[in-house]
Amino acid sequence: MPTLSLAFTPLPAQVRTARMFAVAVGRRSGLPEELLDEVRLAVGEACSRAVAVHRRLGSPERIRLSVTEDERGYAVAVRDAGDASQVEHADLDALAIDEEAGGALPPGLDLAVVAGLVDELTVRPDPAGGTIVRLRWKR
Amino acid sequence: MDLTLSTRTEGDATVVEVGGEIDVYTAPKLREQLIDLVSSGSYHLVVDMESVEFLDSTGLGVLVGGLKRVRAHDGQLKLVCTQERILKIFRITGLTKVFPIYGTVDEALAAAS
Repeated sequence: MPTLSLAFTPLPAQVRTARMFAVAVGRRSGLPEELLDEVRLAVGEACSRAVAVHRRLGSPERIRLSVTEDERGYAVAVRDAGDASQVEHADLDALAIDEEAGGALPPGLDLAVVAGLVDELTVRPDPAGGTIVRLRWKR
Repeated sequence: MDLTLSTRTEGDATVVEVGGEIDVYTAPKLREQLIDLVSSGSYHLVVDMESVEFLDSTGLGVLVGGLKRVRAHDGQLKLVCTQERILKIFRITGLTKVFPIYGTVDEALAAAS
């Protein structure tokens, strides 16, 4: 299947559209409904994280979401304008302990949730600048 | 679908019925509702999530914020949720250990403080 891409303005209201896009592509390529729930949540987390990065930077640049389904599985890439070396990834084992003590949720919870849903999560610098977060569900 | 909120009083508890999608766009509306309730003296909250269709980590953050606020007044925040797709994010993040989660509003109201 060819790659389908969506570029969207970094606004919270657009994240829902991004989720619907990823789910629509997945549904069309025959992903089962339980997996579509995971796609919906994981893509939502990755895209809201990207929106937060752009807002922090004050970047109006559009976020790019690409979806590919091939013999290796269903893959999603989210490209933002942030610095890949600054990406935070919360430690979920520490989270519950923090919460028992009444602490706040840590930064990087979004990617921690993504990691709990996908088979593969990679965060790499985009050679053209920015960060690419890749999610993959294997066949 | 947007977020829908309605509240009602049941004894000394306030039930907040939430519907639709809780995400980065709609979560501020839920945050305001919880802050308003605590500010007006409601410290025993039951958040009914049976009509929620989507919940992300921003929404979790709002619920944790609500929990902290009511606990500061020796209150409680209980959740009502049986939907697997919503419970999943609580399990992934380990927050099932933080929130008391019930199958029905009646069970949540009946549960001892």
